Amino acid sequence: MAANLCRVSGRSLLKVQNVVAPAKSNMSSFSKMSMGKKVLFGTLGAVTAGGAGLLGALHYSTTVHAGELELHPPKFPWSHNGLFNALDHGSIRRGYQVYKEVCAACHSMQYLAFRNLVGVSHTEEEAKALAEEIEVLDGPDEEGEMFMRPGKLSDYFPQPYANEEAARAANNGAYPPDLSYIILARHGGEDYVFSLLTGYCDPPAGLPELRDGQYYNPYFPGQAISMAQALYNEIIEYEDGSDDRQHGHRLLLLPQAPQVVCAEEQEDSLQAPSITPHIPPVADL
Amino acid sequence: MVNTVVRRVYHNLFRRTSTFALTILLGAVMFERAFDSGGDMLWDHLNRGKQWKDIKDKCGLPAEEEE
Repeated sequence: MAANLCRVSGRSLLKVQNVVAPAKSNMSSFSKMSMGKKVLFGTLGAVTAGGAGLLGALHYSTTVHAGELELHPPKFPWSHNGLFNALDHGSIRRGYQVYKEVCAACHSMQYLAFRNLVGVSHTEEEAKALAEEIEVLDGPDEEGEMFMRPGKLSDYFPQPYANEEAARAANNGAYPPDLSYIILARHGGEDYVFSLLTGYCDPPAGLPELRDGQYYNPYFPGQAISMAQALYNEIIEYEDGSDDRQHGHRLLLLPQAPQVVCAEEQEDSLQAPSITPHIPPVADL
Repeated sequence: MVNTVVRRVYHNLFRRTSTFALTILLGAVMFERAFDSGGDMLWDHLNRGKQWKDIKDKCGLPAEEEE
């Protein structure tokens, strides 16, 4: 509004009364140029545009760089793929359980708070109960002392290490990344994370020896990862009774979601068990 | 047939500014409600069993035993 007013008043201020038609500049008009100049400018323009286009095409095309030796993860048919598919909240709930029982020993998830679980994977009472399991440094109180109190919904997830240096010192110099945004933070997203977690294997012959505390994983850039295989069959007992054994090794990440979530509906919809990832709740963002 | 309908609509609703504005207002409200509820129904249908409201009944805290 103000800008419009300004523009209007400014225009009236700037109005020149007797406008003399400006003399036609002689530097325009392509048509008056000599033939040689025309050809020159035309060629220059074509070369510039073509070069820019070629550079752009090379830059944005999915080229395979010679330095990339890691295995690219395949695309998995996640049940939340596509515009009209929600995340499977039963899977999110199991994912939090996996995080809490396995990942949280080394990985922080510091940008998520217990309140983020409410209405996503846990009821408010459950989230409160989970929060109360941890001790949080709070204060100062009236005497200026810091004190510990049980966690509240507004508290963020506890971190396994006080800082990055402590984390590195405890893990052979490797820093376990924060898992809050890990799906968004890695190329390949959930496909990559899933492939990485289930893709541990013996190193092929001919590779130099891995250092102590390193493991071979073809999906990890550099192939030598400092995280040992963390997920195995039957290490987690899901509270909703889903079983990670039936589909073998992978099933830790692929509990049959339909069975878990809605047993009666699975029967009438005769679809194959949809693949459901255990993404940390952050994928909900 | 179509012509009579159009004429009727025009005479009864669109001819006067007051009824025209009212028609637009009411139509917008109705359309929005229909569109929103239709979209929600479609979403819920496509995502049966996956949303929080589908699983929350099974997720209660086993707190009863504590009491």
